[in-house]
Amino acid sequence: MKQALFVGIAGAIGAICRIGIGRLLEGSSEFPIGTLTANLLGTFILCLLGAGVIHRLTADQKLQTAITTGFLGSFTTFSAFSMETVSLFQNGQLVLSIMYFSSSIIGGLVVGIIGLRIGNRMVSE
Amino acid sequence: MTAAEAFAVGAGGFIGAVLRYFISTRMNKEKRIPMGTFAVNLVGSLLIGLIFGFELPKLWTVFLVSGLVGALTTFSTLMKELIQLWRSGQRKEAIFYSIWTFGFGTLLAYVGFVIGQLC
Repeated sequence: MKQALFVGIAGAIGAICRIGIGRLLEGSSEFPIGTLTANLLGTFILCLLGAGVIHRLTADQKLQTAITTGFLGSFTTFSAFSMETVSLFQNGQLVLSIMYFSSSIIGGLVVGIIGLRIGNRMVSE
Repeated sequence: MTAAEAFAVGAGGFIGAVLRYFISTRMNKEKRIPMGTFAVNLVGSLLIGLIFGFELPKLWTVFLVSGLVGALTTFSTLMKELIQLWRSGQRKEAIFYSIWTFGFGTLLAYVGFVIGQLC
């Protein structure tokens, strides 16, 4: 039960940070740069930590789950990604929609793999 | 962001993250397609479409969309799982998992939106 509370609090902070980044980056363009930034940044950090770097931050397993599942899980979002892809498409922004969809997926995989590699290197040092 | 909006996002984020935590710990299995993450991402996509379609007042949208459903679904965990499946040699599972999540996710967001607007 305590673990769920930790995840919830970290999740609340993660969601607020995601919206904060969205508001900061919000521009005149319809391209959802806020969600993309949060998703790529969060994926990078999660993969970096997942390579074992998390154990250097804290040995407390409850805190580890709060950071990964709670904070980073909530900081990134899938629902906004799918809705924004659909909205762009419906607004006739077909090119932007495809660009957003593919840059999220390809970008996510690339930063994830880079995060893992850097994490592995940090741990083996 | 106003204080009321921050509170709404935080409260929604708390609920969404806790729900995802319980669903994932119950349903995600090692070395298989993680059904928990898969389920929250698809359900969340349908819900976000519905909520957008309903055109609720702003603070409710912030609470539900940015907070609850935003935190219920996750992108970072999905990517990490895809990379892990691929690296552990579960390539077929990784491809299935990505096609189903991305394909059905966007489809469900669209279906939700259409249904929401009809209601």
